[in-house]
Amino acid sequence: MSKMKLVMVGNGMAGVRTLEELLKISPEMYDITVFGAEPHPNYNRILLSPVLAGEQTINDIILNSREWYAEHGITLHTGKKVTQIDRVKRLVIAEDGTTAEYDRLLLATGSDPFILPVPGNDLEGVIGFRDIKDVDTMIDASKQYKHAIVIGGGLLGLEAANGLAIRGMDVTIVHIHKWLMERQLDEVAGKMLQNSLEEKGLKFLLEKHTEQLIGENGRVKAVRFKDGQEVPADLVVMAVGIRPNIELAKAAGIYCNRGIVVNDTMQTYDPRIYAVGECVAHRNTTYGLVAPLFEMGKVCATHLANFGIGRYTGSVTSTKLKVTGIDLFSAGNFTGGEDTEEIVLHDAVGGVYKKLVIKDDKIVGSVLYGDTVDGSWYFQMLRDGKSIAEIRDHLMFGQEASLGNLGHAGQNKAAAMTDDMEVCGCNGVCKGTVVKAIKEKGLFTLEDVRKTTKASASCGSCTGLVEQILASTLGGGYSPQSTNKPMCGCTDKTHEEVRQIIRDQKLLNIPEAMNFMDWRTPNGCSSCRPALNYYLVSTWPHEAQDDPQSRFINERAHANIQKDGTYSVVPRMYGGVTTPDQLRKIADVADKYEIPMVKVTGGQRIDLLGVKKDDLPKVWADLDMPSGYAYGKSIRTVKTCVGSEFCRFGTQDSTRMGIELERAFDHMWAPHKVKLAVSGCPRNCAESGIKDVGIIGVDSGWELYVGGNGGIKTEVAQFLCKVTTHEEVLEYSGAFIQLYREQARYLDRTVHWIERVGMEYVKKHILEDAEGRRALYERLLYSLQGTPDPWKKRVEEAQARREFEPITL
Amino acid sequence: MSNWTKIANLEDIPRLGSRVVKRNGQADIAVFRTEDDQVFALHDKCPHKNGPLSQGIVHGHKVTCPLHGWNIQLADGNAIAPDEGHAPCVAVKLENGEVFLDV
Repeated sequence: MSKMKLVMVGNGMAGVRTLEELLKISPEMYDITVFGAEPHPNYNRILLSPVLAGEQTINDIILNSREWYAEHGITLHTGKKVTQIDRVKRLVIAEDGTTAEYDRLLLATGSDPFILPVPGNDLEGVIGFRDIKDVDTMIDASKQYKHAIVIGGGLLGLEAANGLAIRGMDVTIVHIHKWLMERQLDEVAGKMLQNSLEEKGLKFLLEKHTEQLIGENGRVKAVRFKDGQEVPADLVVMAVGIRPNIELAKAAGIYCNRGIVVNDTMQTYDPRIYAVGECVAHRNTTYGLVAPLFEMGKVCATHLANFGIGRYTGSVTSTKLKVTGIDLFSAGNFTGGEDTEEIVLHDAVGGVYKKLVIKDDKIVGSVLYGDTVDGSWYFQMLRDGKSIAEIRDHLMFGQEASLGNLGHAGQNKAAAMTDDMEVCGCNGVCKGTVVKAIKEKGLFTLEDVRKTTKASASCGSCTGLVEQILASTLGGGYSPQSTNKPMCGCTDKTHEEVRQIIRDQKLLNIPEAMNFMDWRTPNGCSSCRPALNYYLVSTWPHEAQDDPQSRFINERAHANIQKDGTYSVVPRMYGGVTTPDQLRKIADVADKYEIPMVKVTGGQRIDLLGVKKDDLPKVWADLDMPSGYAYGKSIRTVKTCVGSEFCRFGTQDSTRMGIELERAFDHMWAPHKVKLAVSGCPRNCAESGIKDVGIIGVDSGWELYVGGNGGIKTEVAQFLCKVTTHEEVLEYSGAFIQLYREQARYLDRTVHWIERVGMEYVKKHILEDAEGRRALYERLLYSLQGTPDPWKKRVEEAQARREFEPITL
Repeated sequence: MSNWTKIANLEDIPRLGSRVVKRNGQADIAVFRTEDDQVFALHDKCPHKNGPLSQGIVHGHKVTCPLHGWNIQLADGNAIAPDEGHAPCVAVKLENGEVFLDV
């Protein structure tokens, strides 16, 4: 059978990204032909400004070389503008007569700069700022002429002006509005930007309406405004907006309004014809930022590949960008109105301005100038419609206000970092490496950077920094990612959707779940399989099939893998209490198996490090102690202080309480590790303030705190309630943990989950609904009922032991 | 000259799992079984930081290293882009439910 023919008109970023996505999922399906009006292969349009400024060359910004097209068997026609689509014969015809037949046609014609309809707009020296040709014209002009006028004080205009000034021209920016970038900035920020650009030598004419361009010998000579003023101009760059390029589609009778109208599958009114990018109008919106365009491309590719999955439902965009070295961020309704409140921080000398617009306790808009590190955080809350009532008093000071992330020396301004400074302390990635990868490998998203450089790919605490570097390297091309994203590349469903379907359909094993939800890969990947396995066993305890092969090695081997492939063994000591007999056994085992290190852990256990995998079952048998689950997404330890039994300050028997809790929740799997602590008095020696559930004994009972974390980012636990009896401590803690087990995304710690749902939500379920609380606690106890100790099981059962037995030749 | 040595029956290797073959003084070999019951053998060392690939999660015809999450192609031992590297392959065959290595 011969292949289907796919023709793409437009050889720009959105279109070629669609082809890349298509080739990834269905490489053999089509014979592909691409027409591009420009004489270049696909290049990174966003980086035209650095080329103009002389920081990069055209070759640096090519995304797909001609070899790439050849390698994938794509016929590439550059410098050929398609002028006609014959929908009856299914044929496209270019200016020079080249034709190509199609079974599917993809329109990615992009947009054109809007040229003001004023007399003289066709003079030589009057251009837009859109493609390599425009940049060449500007560079040539800068060598021969002096006066440049840029019409349009938006991002593009300012970048053009900056580049021309660097090339030695005398540049004036003409803008119709009262301040610059009025679509992204409010007046204060707009004026700050203007001041800083004036310091660099740029001039501004604001609130000016262009009336006419005056020429001499066919070339532009001056610009005249409606108020009669005239300024000299040897070069006029129009940067007053873009227009979707729809002529071709319109002439072919394809329905267009502002853009080419498409549905959620990126299909036009002709079902054989798809469209993506700046040329489309989707739900009456056109887009100009790269992130939404790429989202469209991804959806379109799945439909071209006949997978029929994925819908594009529009994007909420924010702008995080860098204009001539100044970081800016804006999102939502940043001007506000009568029913909104504002929180403002303004340091004119320091060059920092931050404004949050709030309505009904929710962020509805934001402008940040100079310091944009918290832009993504604000944007996430804006998009999720999260209530900020609880954090209002320190909201303005940012996510890391009082408790900084660790691992990058307290840096929170990427711009202030030199290339050799470390961004990612986990993987040792420097700023220069990230910048280089973004430029050379054509990266656009946080995910791209994570995959390629590993920066922010481990603990994630440097995510904000990496996003800033992306924003400053890509300029206007960067838009933070949506939070409600699919679980992984194997599905389009979110964690929440997957959980719901597992519950509604009573899915009991992984193949069944993948089959029902149309998983894209035959057996998932290392990120979705463990998540699915957890969702199955936590939703249907005692019924769902726990698949060891879908668990990370630590949970499969019930020990913690170390860098040299050996394992560590941590036996359980309930409440951190041990006996001389246990200690003797541990000492004997350490001697017998020549265990290289014996260490006391932070959770009040003893860790035997460097055990060979095949020794594990023997070590467990000799120890004859239960597993401490020090390796799992599971209950870890309940740390305790001595408490009233011995301590002269103790008000409660914290040790006994800790032992009761640890016994009650033994063998419990969870979305991530779960740590508890019980202190016997407010001196809090067990550090209850940084635990998932922290309990503090006071004279009249017990205080419960939840959502603390001592790891990557120190998070202080929040007060949940005060109770009187041991039974209540068990019930309230258990109900909280079960709510987390049932609702958090896999790999969410309690703090992340609470951040998303809000403390009020937790209180409503645990404190206000007594029946619901008891039911949660019952469900937790039911799921733990009769669960065996994993070490004992492996010591006793040959089949379970096989994991640990090597084959010797 | 091939030197085929029987190392196990297919059912001794868990589906989507692996077994480790130890050789006196030589590098360990990881023998994988995929869901479609094909077998593959690689040196049990990730090209990144020598992580034991045998302990990774197997999906499709790939394995994810347990240490830092590199994905390695089982058929040729090559790391999947953007990572770059190679784990040496060992010839392996499956005959009548028995697994042989060329060692």
